[in-house]
Amino acid sequence: MRRATSGVLRFWIVPVTLVLWELLTRMTESPFFPPPSRIVGQFYDMWLSGPVSQLLLTDSALDTFGPSLGRLLAGWTIAGVLGIALGVALGRIRGLAEYTDPVLQFLRALPPPLLVPIFFVLFKIGTPTQLAVIVFGVIWPVLVNTTDGVRAVDKGFLETARVFQFSRYDILRRVILPSAMPKIFAGLRLSLSLALILMVVSELVGSNSGIGYSLLYAQQSYDYAGVWAHIVLLGVLGLLFNALFLVAEGRVLSWHANARRNV
Amino acid sequence: MLELVDLSHTYGSYRAIDRVNLKVAQGEVVCIVGPSGCGKSTLLRSIAGLIKPTGGTVLLDGKPVDGSPENLAVVFQDYSRSLYPWMSALANVGLPLRRRGLDRKRRDAAAMAALEQVGLAGAAAKFPWEMSGGMQQRVSIARALAYQPKLLLMDEPFGSVDAQTREELEDLTLRVCAHHGMTILLITHDVDESVYVGDRVVVLSKAPGTVVGDLTVQLPGPRDQIHTRELDAFVRLRAEVGRLVRGMTPHRNGVETR
Repeated sequence: MRRATSGVLRFWIVPVTLVLWELLTRMTESPFFPPPSRIVGQFYDMWLSGPVSQLLLTDSALDTFGPSLGRLLAGWTIAGVLGIALGVALGRIRGLAEYTDPVLQFLRALPPPLLVPIFFVLFKIGTPTQLAVIVFGVIWPVLVNTTDGVRAVDKGFLETARVFQFSRYDILRRVILPSAMPKIFAGLRLSLSLALILMVVSELVGSNSGIGYSLLYAQQSYDYAGVWAHIVLLGVLGLLFNALFLVAEGRVLSWHANARRNV
Repeated sequence: MLELVDLSHTYGSYRAIDRVNLKVAQGEVVCIVGPSGCGKSTLLRSIAGLIKPTGGTVLLDGKPVDGSPENLAVVFQDYSRSLYPWMSALANVGLPLRRRGLDRKRRDAAAMAALEQVGLAGAAAKFPWEMSGGMQQRVSIARALAYQPKLLLMDEPFGSVDAQTREELEDLTLRVCAHHGMTILLITHDVDESVYVGDRVVVLSKAPGTVVGDLTVQLPGPRDQIHTRELDAFVRLRAEVGRLVRGMTPHRNGVETR
């Protein structure tokens, strides 16, 4: 009963907010705060009025989203692979974490957007720099969580592996990694939302394609409905990625959720 | 096949076991029983190579043991920390066979056969958290069976299950393990269980644990939970072991003491 009520509540809060927003913006008539109906209209005109064969996406949408999502996923994947590999090394090689900790904490504290000029020098302007910004910014949650996860493997699991003389590879692949997987996934999820932010940030400087660039362009042409449409787009993408990630996590970690429920 | 010579272990200044000497012959089922905190688990962990004893040696087939020996399996008390929750029962049982160089098909077949022996053929695809404690411990036993070790160590294997399940598992161990001709060292704090399951009962004293009794169990087989336990010989042995565990002077009539 309470569940149903809270469900209804969650649903009607959205239209109420929208209506209030619409009324307020219409009353104030500020050029910086266009009413949501205009934002949606702009959103539709820019990206969703395309042919059915392209799932209604316009050419402009494909040209804008494609490079951005490509960078986001590539950057996130690279960061994930590197983060897991380094995290396993830090967590399992005795002493390594202690030696490298000061350096890692130093690097972790650097705000990735400020490193853009350095990446410009190190890599080519364009996609390589943007990837570097994303990877550098989102690797940390994966790295830290993986290190924690592989350290916290239950002693009983490891003793069983020792008694039955599993190979080092099997211990890593079939005992340590699965056992650390819930933590690794928590890190990956955090990284994914960070990657979305850093993708936009990296496209705001020194880019000529992507959602960030398009947002900047809209702002510079005083198209405020366009700017708001980009903001809505980023929110929608964030929601979508999170939902997809949760589905994937549910599949990979079903044992974890169930094992906890049954204890 | 297994020989412990003056095996001792101290944790800091705490002496857990002190000069334990024991010989176990091929195919014997030896139960080690003692009061809690008598270093039973220390003893087992030394044999399994999970800790390095501070004194004495463990000889397996005449060779000193260093690290975890080959051909040795352990059934741990805490099945929830020994079975991997991210794997099905079949995968758990088959996992140790990877290093035997068997391909996937033969591993699965061997694991399935072992699960059949413990009566879990129908639960091969289940995950540990879908099973009761007794079922999980059967999976642990199946894993040991599939591995075909020469020596099977059991550390209070039935300590975490209810009484009925416990009896079932005792019979299962007797039936299945005897069938394989495995040498078994079973550690328990339960006097009844030690007499019921063992060919031999070795009694350890309170810490520092040392051997205070070594009795041969001569009971007619096959053993049966009801009949065996009401035999005079069983009752006498149980009393004898019970006295030894409590540190009382043993009565020596009717019981063969080594």
